[in-house]
Amino acid sequence: MSGFLQNTFNGLVGGAFYALLALGLAVIFGMLRVVNFAHGAFYMLGAFGAYVLLAEAGVPFWAALVIMPLALGLLGMVLERAVIHRLTRLDPLYNFLLTFGLTLILQDLVKSRYGVQSSPYATPAELSGTVDFGLFDFPTYRVFILGFTVLLCVAVWWVLGRTRIGMVVRAATERPELTRAFGIDVGRWVTPVFGFGIALAGLAGVLAAPMRAVNPLMGADLIIVVFAVVVIGGLGSIFGSVAAGFGIGLVQAWGEAYLSDYPLVSQTVVFVVMAAVLLWRPAGLFGREEAPA
Amino acid sequence: MLRIDNLSAAYGEAQVLREVSLEVAAGEVVTLVGRNGAGKSTLLRCVMGLHPDQRGAVRLDGRDISRLPAYKRARAGLGWVPDDRGAYATLTVTENLTLPPRVGPDPWPLERVYEAFPALYERRDSAATMLSGGEQQMLALARVLRMGARLLLCDEPTEGLSPLLVQQVGDLLREAKKHGVTVLLVEQNLHFATGVADRHYLLAEGRIAEAMENAEVRSRERELLAYLGI
Repeated sequence: MSGFLQNTFNGLVGGAFYALLALGLAVIFGMLRVVNFAHGAFYMLGAFGAYVLLAEAGVPFWAALVIMPLALGLLGMVLERAVIHRLTRLDPLYNFLLTFGLTLILQDLVKSRYGVQSSPYATPAELSGTVDFGLFDFPTYRVFILGFTVLLCVAVWWVLGRTRIGMVVRAATERPELTRAFGIDVGRWVTPVFGFGIALAGLAGVLAAPMRAVNPLMGADLIIVVFAVVVIGGLGSIFGSVAAGFGIGLVQAWGEAYLSDYPLVSQTVVFVVMAAVLLWRPAGLFGREEAPA
Repeated sequence: MLRIDNLSAAYGEAQVLREVSLEVAAGEVVTLVGRNGAGKSTLLRCVMGLHPDQRGAVRLDGRDISRLPAYKRARAGLGWVPDDRGAYATLTVTENLTLPPRVGPDPWPLERVYEAFPALYERRDSAATMLSGGEQQMLALARVLRMGARLLLCDEPTEGLSPLLVQQVGDLLREAKKHGVTVLLVEQNLHFATGVADRHYLLAEGRIAEAMENAEVRSRERELLAYLGI
């Protein structure tokens, strides 16, 4: 029983990263119709930035948790203005290729400076140790990640669901042309929304630094699963991306625990789930069929 | 108020509007009638700034707005009632109503909208696409009234509505007109059109074929209905 609970807890923590990354991809896709392949690279930059800040400037985890999302969000906004924006009128494939190219550039830049070995990042002292849950102990840092991510997702959900800004973003996501015809300058919201999505990826990266290997390819490994998560949740669906993120985290953790004799199966179980969901609901669990513009 | 000069529009190779010129005076209700595919909806979309491939001039109060993006045209006082009613599934009824900024001198307060549309008030927190077709149509009209739009561009607001609801739409448009709102209306229902409008343009193959007064439409109703294929 305690083993099961522990696996479940680990699944939720893993799912928290998927949820943060998928949430960013979902808001970006909704507003820009761009599938941001570079999302994993920004996650990696978040983790690496935290590492470099600490190793070379002594900037602690808590400061990095604020600095990196802001810096990467800003970088994302610059990139959106400078290049992505120019391609949004073309076939979405162009931006997919562009962001794929960006991924390779960002990865290689980091690789050329720091190599491919993983760098260690110490868990912040305040969050070291374990929390006693009675049936089992769980690392404090992981409890923190889970709580923090859930709070963040609830906050994003609240902003999107209950504020004027959220209403505009929802309207522009659902029907951009109609929304312009109602006097709303949809274009003005595109850059900040892109920056926000990137900031979430950067934040996930900083959170990952103390518990995952910090290396230039850490995002590339993750992003494929995150794409599966986004597709399962329904492209562009905010709620779907978060729910599917936690769900897939659970599926993966249980798969690794109970199918460990069949490593190939436990690695592919996510994609089996994705295929099954797509056969059942082509628009994803919480997605809607694309409405006319 | 609205003046269109030599407006042409195309979808790729297909020419949909050919040098259309027309005028709508302030406070007038004018309809565009014509067969399916005559270019009526395209004309409204051109005025709204939603059709990229267009030439010619669109003037609002003498000011050329044909280079303005759609959102600026809306802020200049255009109210769009799209043919599919434009209800957002991800917005509640209230949000659908309050999404557009107020753009005119006489925007309806939300309380007045809900007084006039009790059915919308009852469903105010539901997703707008959960409303019936008729309620969605009322929502589309209520939305442009709440904006305070000075010129309404209504694309077949009576399509698919019961006779009772058609009458309600008519009452609303007459009420709006009484308050000085100008309306350009795409309509197939000639009976309804003559009941609310001052004048009519017959659009055929992308051109204005005829301009008609109410009396003329009434006396030629049969001929026109046959022509429209209704």
